[in-house]
Amino acid sequence: MSRTLGRPDLPDDTEQGPVPVLDVRGLTKEYKVGRLGRQKVVHALTSVDLTLERGQVLGLVGESGSGKTTFARTVTYLERPTAGEVILLGRSLPLRPTQRRLREQRSQVQMIFQDPYTSLDPLRTVRYTVSRPLRSLGEVPRRALHEAVEELLQMVGLVPPGEFLRRYPYQLSGGQRQRVGIARALAAHPALLLADEPTSMLDVSIRLTIMNLLLDLQRSQSLSLVFVTHDLAGASYMSDQIAIMYAGHLMEVGPASEVMGDPRHPYTQLLQQAAPDPGSDVGRADRFEARGDPPDLTVVPPGCPFAPRCPQARSECQEALPQWRQVGPSHRVRCVLYG
Amino acid sequence: MAELLEISGLTIGYGWKGRPMVTVVRDVDLALGAGEVLGVAGESGCGKTTLALAASGLLDPPGQVLSGSVRFQGKDVLSLSPKELRGLHLSEISMVFQASMNVLNPVMRIRDQFLDAMKYHGVSDRAEAEARAREMFDLVRIPQRFFGAYPHQLSGGMRQRAVIALALVLHPKVLFLDEPTTALDVVVQRSILQMLNDLRRQLDFGVMFITHDLSLLVEIADRVAIMYAGAVVEEAPARELYEKPRHPYTEALMKAFPPLGGERRRLEGIAGQPPDLRHLPSGCSFAPRCPKVIAGTCETIEPPVVEWSQGHRAVCHLCSQEEARVV
Repeated sequence: MSRTLGRPDLPDDTEQGPVPVLDVRGLTKEYKVGRLGRQKVVHALTSVDLTLERGQVLGLVGESGSGKTTFARTVTYLERPTAGEVILLGRSLPLRPTQRRLREQRSQVQMIFQDPYTSLDPLRTVRYTVSRPLRSLGEVPRRALHEAVEELLQMVGLVPPGEFLRRYPYQLSGGQRQRVGIARALAAHPALLLADEPTSMLDVSIRLTIMNLLLDLQRSQSLSLVFVTHDLAGASYMSDQIAIMYAGHLMEVGPASEVMGDPRHPYTQLLQQAAPDPGSDVGRADRFEARGDPPDLTVVPPGCPFAPRCPQARSECQEALPQWRQVGPSHRVRCVLYG
Repeated sequence: MAELLEISGLTIGYGWKGRPMVTVVRDVDLALGAGEVLGVAGESGCGKTTLALAASGLLDPPGQVLSGSVRFQGKDVLSLSPKELRGLHLSEISMVFQASMNVLNPVMRIRDQFLDAMKYHGVSDRAEAEARAREMFDLVRIPQRFFGAYPHQLSGGMRQRAVIALALVLHPKVLFLDEPTTALDVVVQRSILQMLNDLRRQLDFGVMFITHDLSLLVEIADRVAIMYAGAVVEEAPARELYEKPRHPYTEALMKAFPPLGGERRRLEGIAGQPPDLRHLPSGCSFAPRCPKVIAGTCETIEPPVVEWSQGHRAVCHLCSQEEARVV
């Protein structure tokens, strides 16, 4: 591939080791909802700390409303964070960046959206959609544009590219649309890709193909990837690291094999029991115990957000948010059970 | 045992008069007994939803039953008048569809929607109707304080449970579930499925569960039928299907889900696309995508129905070459 991405903009490694591609500190996002006077604050994301090393895949897992999409959207600055810091390749982004700075950021981090049916402009051809970021973010000269678009389509498996250039989204299948979305994200030449449930709207038979495509691209283009999903099995298939979110909080972060093989947080354990797993014994459904619904994000209890549903909750859980506990070299969990 | 619901030779097409008809369900035979969960799985466009619509008497033009029959307790569902069907729905046959948390009337209290449905079916005593509705709320584990609420005041999972409660309030004998949990989270999904399982034991209704999520079906269904391009290609008891899938398509579908645990290794999806139903390939319709295709046979000759054991059948050339009984 002629565009193999030797990025001149990658920072030099410091003495402390390589600079992580993404370093998020205290990331918080609040939304105000409701009419004036009766306004409530939705705490979508609360003080999230997360690092991602270069070339790694991080699976971000949680139920809907857990803040995983908000995380992706604030890291890409599609939504401005309320507080906290997003450090990309060693450079921190101000809470109110200039347009220029924002553009610079967007050439390093790109997003793939959940719904391939609404995330493409229905009135634009594939060629236009994929060439847009090349023109506005990249330094591809006009005459090389056509070639670059063809190359991107080839990369995502839309072959022969000539057949797809002039097509409109309605002429593509769901899987093909998602490939266009991936090509559009790659066009910006990013170091980091955030994929927000990229396969949940696709048919079963196509899901794995798209997951494999993302893994191949991640390796061949030395990308880092955040794979946002509610599907634990999919996350474990894709990821080196897994982070579990609940009610806007990170609950457990660690190597995928450890989080899957030996989940520590009761919420992670609940998620694992809930996931369909035909390999296990029959009758597992009977042993599963799920209490209550996901929490109301407008009311913030002082303690652990999972405490009301937790089968192992103690009185101290209701009092204060548990501190992070280290349960392995790079495996941490926010739970009082591991004192 | 007389089956509760019997679908035989059902063939359904879509098309307007004078235009060529597209056949989307081809010659499907399925049966459902009381208290049984029959799973139907396949990719989108394989005809599973159309099958459920027709079997519950809800198929509207341009959909048309071309041949075959659907019998519910011996009664021919397809020949019932709209009025007779309305009498049957909810009280004998209920349906819960994919986005059914959105089927509740947004400007009507949930209580009134329950009472309305029961009144239509002859439960005219308000106090009794309300008691029955409240009992269902308990069964599906929705707090009673939501009884007088409007649908938007409930979470998605609760609304879905409310629809299931509504579907079961008159104690129907057959419940059609068409992807009832795909719009929900794993935890909510699991609690709904578990609740359904408990209810089935208590109320003894039969369930036809339609989904693309085979891993889910293997866990909750008694028997599973796999559909491809409008036809059932394999049917077997759930455990047996999981342990010994016979049809290459079943095998491929099974492998399309990453396992929850174990070693990380690369899996491959199913190559290619489902066929265009207007131009089905000759022979076996899965042949163009089949990794085990027998050259010269599969692409030209209709595959036979092969039976291994009681209740396990597959439609495949490859299977017929192994030791089994061709029927």
